[in-house]
Amino acid sequence: MTDYKNLKLMASSSPHIRNNEDTRSIMLDVIIALIPALAMAVYNFGWRALSVTAWSVICAVFWEWGYCKVMKKPQMIGDLSAVVTGILVAFICPVTMPYWMILLGDFFAVVVVKQLYGGIGTNFLNPALAGRAALLACYATAMTHWGAPGTRAAIFGSAADVVTTATPMAIMKEGDFSALTDAFTVGDMFIGKVGGSLGETSAMMLLLGGAYLLVRKVISWHTPVAYLGTVAVLCLISAPAGANAVTYMLYNLFGGGLMLGAIFMATDYTTSPVTKPGQIVFGIGCGLLTCFIRRFGSYPEGVCYSILIMNCTTWLLDKYIRPTIYGAPKKEKKEAAAK
Amino acid sequence: MAQAFFGGVHPNDMKAATNEKAIEQLAPAPAQVVIPMSMHIGAPCKPIVSVGDKVKIGQRIGEPGGFVSAPIHASVSGTVVAVEPRPFSMGGEMMSVVIENDLQDTVSEEVKPAADPDSLTPEQLVEIVKNAGIVGQGGATFPTHVKISSGLGKVDYVIINAAECEPYITGDHRTCLERPEQVIKGATLLAKCFGVEHVYIGIEANKQNAADVLNKTIAELKAPVVVQVLHTRYPQGAEKQLCQAVSGRQVPSGKLPADAGCCIFNLNTTCAIYRAVYTGMPVVNKIVTVSGSGVIEPKNLECPIGTPISLLFDACGGLDEKTYKLIMGGPMMGLAQYSTDVTVGKGTGAMLAFAGDEEKHAEDPQCIRCGKCVGVCPVRLEPVYMYKYLMKGDVDTWQNVLHGMDCIECGACAYTCPARIPLTHAFRMGKQKVNNARMAAKAKAEAEKKAAEEKAEKKEA
Repeated sequence: MTDYKNLKLMASSSPHIRNNEDTRSIMLDVIIALIPALAMAVYNFGWRALSVTAWSVICAVFWEWGYCKVMKKPQMIGDLSAVVTGILVAFICPVTMPYWMILLGDFFAVVVVKQLYGGIGTNFLNPALAGRAALLACYATAMTHWGAPGTRAAIFGSAADVVTTATPMAIMKEGDFSALTDAFTVGDMFIGKVGGSLGETSAMMLLLGGAYLLVRKVISWHTPVAYLGTVAVLCLISAPAGANAVTYMLYNLFGGGLMLGAIFMATDYTTSPVTKPGQIVFGIGCGLLTCFIRRFGSYPEGVCYSILIMNCTTWLLDKYIRPTIYGAPKKEKKEAAAK
Repeated sequence: MAQAFFGGVHPNDMKAATNEKAIEQLAPAPAQVVIPMSMHIGAPCKPIVSVGDKVKIGQRIGEPGGFVSAPIHASVSGTVVAVEPRPFSMGGEMMSVVIENDLQDTVSEEVKPAADPDSLTPEQLVEIVKNAGIVGQGGATFPTHVKISSGLGKVDYVIINAAECEPYITGDHRTCLERPEQVIKGATLLAKCFGVEHVYIGIEANKQNAADVLNKTIAELKAPVVVQVLHTRYPQGAEKQLCQAVSGRQVPSGKLPADAGCCIFNLNTTCAIYRAVYTGMPVVNKIVTVSGSGVIEPKNLECPIGTPISLLFDACGGLDEKTYKLIMGGPMMGLAQYSTDVTVGKGTGAMLAFAGDEEKHAEDPQCIRCGKCVGVCPVRLEPVYMYKYLMKGDVDTWQNVLHGMDCIECGACAYTCPARIPLTHAFRMGKQKVNNARMAAKAKAEAEKKAAEEKAEKKEA
């Protein structure tokens, strides 16, 4: 029989079993979910899409590693969150973006926005979106130099050689809606054969990735559905005269960075509310702001800023939208209902 | 299908290792049993036997130490060889009665069935339950007579807990399959006692065959019992959650299920009530599922109370030498043991040994604010914020704003946490801090009162 005295026993507090899912596996799932959109970007814009993304990942991981090294903090690159940030920063830049600007964008995202606020789980802005906002402020020309779909940007070529185009959102902003419907069909918009940032154009591929994340329970439906639903409803009721409301809505849903933002950015754990009702309010807020910026703002596209603005309200949403606990006294329940 | 409770998780139930295996009597019988004098919540018992005394099965050896307490009986016949503190499954040592087994299985004369089981008054049943030392055998070990008597008149919803939602454990499942009559007759006694039309048995859908057997028995006995099949989800068997799932009622914060008109009894407790009434036998045996990756041949064993857990493992072919953790109870709420000298108590439903990669641990866990803990909490708390405030040392906010004291310590949040933060452990510490502060405040108030009285006395003098 076993000699029980020889066992090296450990006594710790329950629970004694843990789910297999950990931070690393979640980040890996997000990376997998981004691959279809990356494939479409390569198909649309050539191999430079891949090299820009790979470079951005290298930069983001380098900054994360370097910061931890310099600050003598434990290395966190193994959790793959920097890889996700790197991919997303590349996805929201034009394919012709110079590599050194990407390096700076990743610096802002990883070091300034994420690490200086305490690292993973403690930053209040979405790092990739904040990186984009910084790049747009610094290098507005490079950030709005959109390669036309089907052009092949050279991996080490000058951006000047590339045939450029206006994004659907810019066409809608400048001209009227019919100019956009003449330029691209709804099918083009859905598949992603339009101008725009590297990874944002293909609604189809992004939805595919989103479905994967939903199935893997990495994200819940609340934020994306609230966000997209709000935009859809607002577009339906505010379609310009003469335009088919449904077509107008579809162009708005598939255009710009909405799908990328709603599925991959607004659902960022760290910068969105932890409760489901809070996430719905968060999504509705993003939807309202996106529509307002697109319609009334000076920018053609509002996804980036609307999510960044809502990021700033996350603490408020978490503070005031709390779940009513099991067995709460009746009075408290009524008060909660009144709120 | 019944309603659902909030939140919950789906751990792999691991029940396949033992759910096809019939309950076996532990063989050979233990040569010695060590019976701790505290196998219930409340005051420990006082031993009433001394070294050299001959005892018989079912003979009382521990006198309750207060109202919330339950007597303790000899589980084997033989000679008392020691009355001394021994290693205890709840940690530290506990006064225990050690009985050398004479292997004669002589039953005490005290053990006799109730004269007329079908016409017991509630008071008579409470008395029988009290004398039989019955406690909540799901693990909480609250004295059952206290539960019944405090619920009489208030309760209109009686529920038998057969959820057995913890992974690995299959004792209740096997009991339903092999001894359905005990379950149904025990439930019938409770129905009569509380004067309710029906008693509900809550059972999870992964035990459909047990539900079928129970339904067949109910039909045969024409018993006032209804089986409710519930979705398989942890912590279904937590008292407040089962109450919500079966009756739709929520137990008010800080109160007992009786305050919501519900009374919940573990399946094994129900069988113990049956045995106490129909045979007169107090709680002397326990069905223990011995399972886990470290156990060579997992089994469901019935053994006398006080059996050292090493004998259980011996009966299951021993342990893998890589075993690194022994757990008394389920993997979600059970207590890790550091010694194989501890013994089976009234609330021991399982003994698990882990030798694989069940335990996952992170060196420097970083919360990523995913909010999964909020989604799975059956009490609808916010573990993510509770943890942050506790780490900051803000117990006040933790207690009053985040309702930390309502945590049922089910472990769902810590189980699901992708960063592997020891959430449940942190909340236990938080509760302890609050309780310590309460005790200190109480002691201080009493001291002040005393001082004031003394002052007044002096003045009078």
